[in-house]
Amino acid sequence: MISIPRILFVFFLLAASGVPAAAESGRTPVPAPAKAAKGEQCVEPVADMRRNHMQYLEHERDETMHKGIRGRKHSLKTCVECHAVPTPAAGGAKTIEPFCGECHQYAAVSLDCFQCHTGSPGGGTAAIPAGGPKR
Amino acid sequence: MAQRVIFSEVKGWGPGTLALAGFLAALTLIGGLGALIMETEGHWLTGMTNRIVWGTPHVFAVFLIVAASGALNVASVSSVFGRTTYKPLARLSGVLALSLLAGGLAVLVLDLGRADRLIVAMTTYNFKSIFAWNIFLYTGFFAVVIVYLWMMMEKKMNRFSKPAGTFAFVWRLILTTGTGSIFGFLVARQAYDSAVMAPMFVAMSLAFGQAIFLLVLMAADRGAGLGLGDGTVRRLKNLLGIFLAATLYFVAVQHLTNLYIAGRQGVALFILANGGIYTTLFWAGHVVLGCLAPMALVFHPATGSTRTGVAVASALAVLGGIAQIYVIIIGGQAYPLVLVQGMEVSGTVLDGQVAAYAPSAYEVALGIGGVALALLMVTLAVKVLPVLPTTLADEAVDPHCKPKAAPPATEKAAA
Amino acid sequence: MSDKDAMELTRRRLLQGAAAAVLTLAPGVTLLVGVETSARPAGTAVTAKNRWGLLVDLTKTADLGETVVAACRAENGWTGHNRPASDPQWIRTVTLKDPKTGGTKSLPLMCQHCAHPPCVDVCPTGASFKRADGIVLVDRHICIGCRYCMMACPFGVRFFVHEEVTGQKPHMPRGKGTVEGCTLCVHRIDEGKKPACVEAAAAKAPGAMIFGDLNDPNSEIAKAVGRQVVLRLRGELGLDQGVLYKGFA
Repeated sequence: MISIPRILFVFFLLAASGVPAAAESGRTPVPAPAKAAKGEQCVEPVADMRRNHMQYLEHERDETMHKGIRGRKHSLKTCVECHAVPTPAAGGAKTIEPFCGECHQYAAVSLDCFQCHTGSPGGGTAAIPAGGPKR
Repeated sequence: MAQRVIFSEVKGWGPGTLALAGFLAALTLIGGLGALIMETEGHWLTGMTNRIVWGTPHVFAVFLIVAASGALNVASVSSVFGRTTYKPLARLSGVLALSLLAGGLAVLVLDLGRADRLIVAMTTYNFKSIFAWNIFLYTGFFAVVIVYLWMMMEKKMNRFSKPAGTFAFVWRLILTTGTGSIFGFLVARQAYDSAVMAPMFVAMSLAFGQAIFLLVLMAADRGAGLGLGDGTVRRLKNLLGIFLAATLYFVAVQHLTNLYIAGRQGVALFILANGGIYTTLFWAGHVVLGCLAPMALVFHPATGSTRTGVAVASALAVLGGIAQIYVIIIGGQAYPLVLVQGMEVSGTVLDGQVAAYAPSAYEVALGIGGVALALLMVTLAVKVLPVLPTTLADEAVDPHCKPKAAPPATEKAAA
Repeated sequence: MSDKDAMELTRRRLLQGAAAAVLTLAPGVTLLVGVETSARPAGTAVTAKNRWGLLVDLTKTADLGETVVAACRAENGWTGHNRPASDPQWIRTVTLKDPKTGGTKSLPLMCQHCAHPPCVDVCPTGASFKRADGIVLVDRHICIGCRYCMMACPFGVRFFVHEEVTGQKPHMPRGKGTVEGCTLCVHRIDEGKKPACVEAAAAKAPGAMIFGDLNDPNSEIAKAVGRQVVLRLRGELGLDQGVLYKGFA
């Protein structure tokens, strides 16, 4: 009856069940992305965006690059325009680092976009350092 | 007369082996460090620019990749052409081919501007690109040679080693043709843009591969005590001489043709006469030290019959080969693009002038790291897998070898 | 109703109808007159209906100087690091000199947007591609930075980004480790505008650079090309560039 895989399975169940409670009680750190500077709500529902923003962005980028269709609602430029907020690390200039960086750092998913794309609306010199938000 | 060849791992981790492995590992790590710095800081640190786009890493990478294809030659000769004398060497040949290719590809890949996108390179192909074909051929080469080695190493599968070997032989001819065509297909640069690049690269691959194989074999003989017979060495060094001659032939054809074409005399004379370092490397490095001297050493009875002579010839062929690849890749880019034939073009450093290039430490470290990685892989492979035969004495491997004559009985009786 | 009311109603309806007609026709008329490149309707893909071209008149380029280079730089955000060999030069001025006569010409050189681009043929991942309307671009999302396209380009107009980039323009992302070049201001063309260099040239040296749709016989460029013999650089390579030069004489 007692075997290592079984013990591990029970342990996993206990651990998983504890996570929501832990989050609510504040023991587990959760990401806190900055609220957008503009607009009431995102172009898609939050839960949908959290899961699918890369699919939207990648599809959009292919449409823009290869077919020349610009200015659609899923464009990265549009994201930056709303979600860029004043960033202390950039001297108060608006960047998307407090927004994108929060969840990406939490999930340890490397953020490649801003090596090339500017993270500030309207460009300018106070951009996210290339290489992504600071770890 | 030939006996059944027994292969075995080279046992024992003596101080010599440890020192060698440690040294090679250190060089590999330094190469990796160089690549890491280039990747994070950016290529501005290197000698490569918008004029000299491919530099020292590519010289080493192309050299290693070309040599890898040629290193398989000994195995091919044994399986495809049925020369049983080379059969004991076939596994080493396959392992060396894989290791050289791995080293070359490592250098190539670590120099990419976006090395983190390697998975994109391996899954997204534009099949009109000869470079895409090469990526496909290189990765396929690993699979093909591994299967070939398996056929050779597993008793049950031995009967498939000829078809596998033939497949590998054809594959590597296509691969080397592809590598040469990377340059040969480029209409932009007068130093390339030629159908002769493909067969020239095939000839070079045979020469470089053979030279490296000879050096590794003699080192393995020294290290593992294989009793390498003179007959084997003689055959291999003769082949080396022939392959070097073939290389010289194609190089001569390329340059003579360019000299003949009025519009190409500029680039021909640049390589042959007034290109400074490139001219020196071409004549002194490639032609004299890399081809003529090894050929003389190999074919002259006094030097060709000694191990030292053959080793020196092989080493010179390797160095001359690196010089030749340097002349091809960097010399070919240094010569300015001909925007309007007959007109002088000037403006920025990008136009009208011979481009300056000086290898940076990072590039050299990466290149040498690739060589070290290849050699480290071979060193470890012969210790972990039954790659080397227990003996390479002529009596054991050569079916035509006459047994040594017994001393005449009459003299003994008379004494 | 009285006759007067009936006439009032009719007049009003006539005026309404006329206003409606003017409003309907006006945009169409504006499109036909004056604007060289009409923007595609939003949300539609590019087609091969257009073939964008640039005609450079070498008899007028002597006065251009570095205006076009500065304009391109300002528009697209590429800067130098005082390293001329490795800095990008999406457009640069090249001086052609005939060694026999001593005569010179000033030639603005940028991506030639070939119809048979060697850089597109050689790109292993397909990042270097040609759009349906003839503009040759680099999809930096899949560029691995191998620089083979730079080896292949017969004009030396592709550039590798050798260092980290910050402060990019929102419409022109660019970053370390990828290859770039003149995009013919594709982001402006998609909005119906002209490339930045053409607009700057028009101010400094009118007629030196003309941009337009080579497939449209009524376009300014088609008319300027007319029935002349225009040359393409390294024409013997058969690349059929969209950038044409005239006025070598």
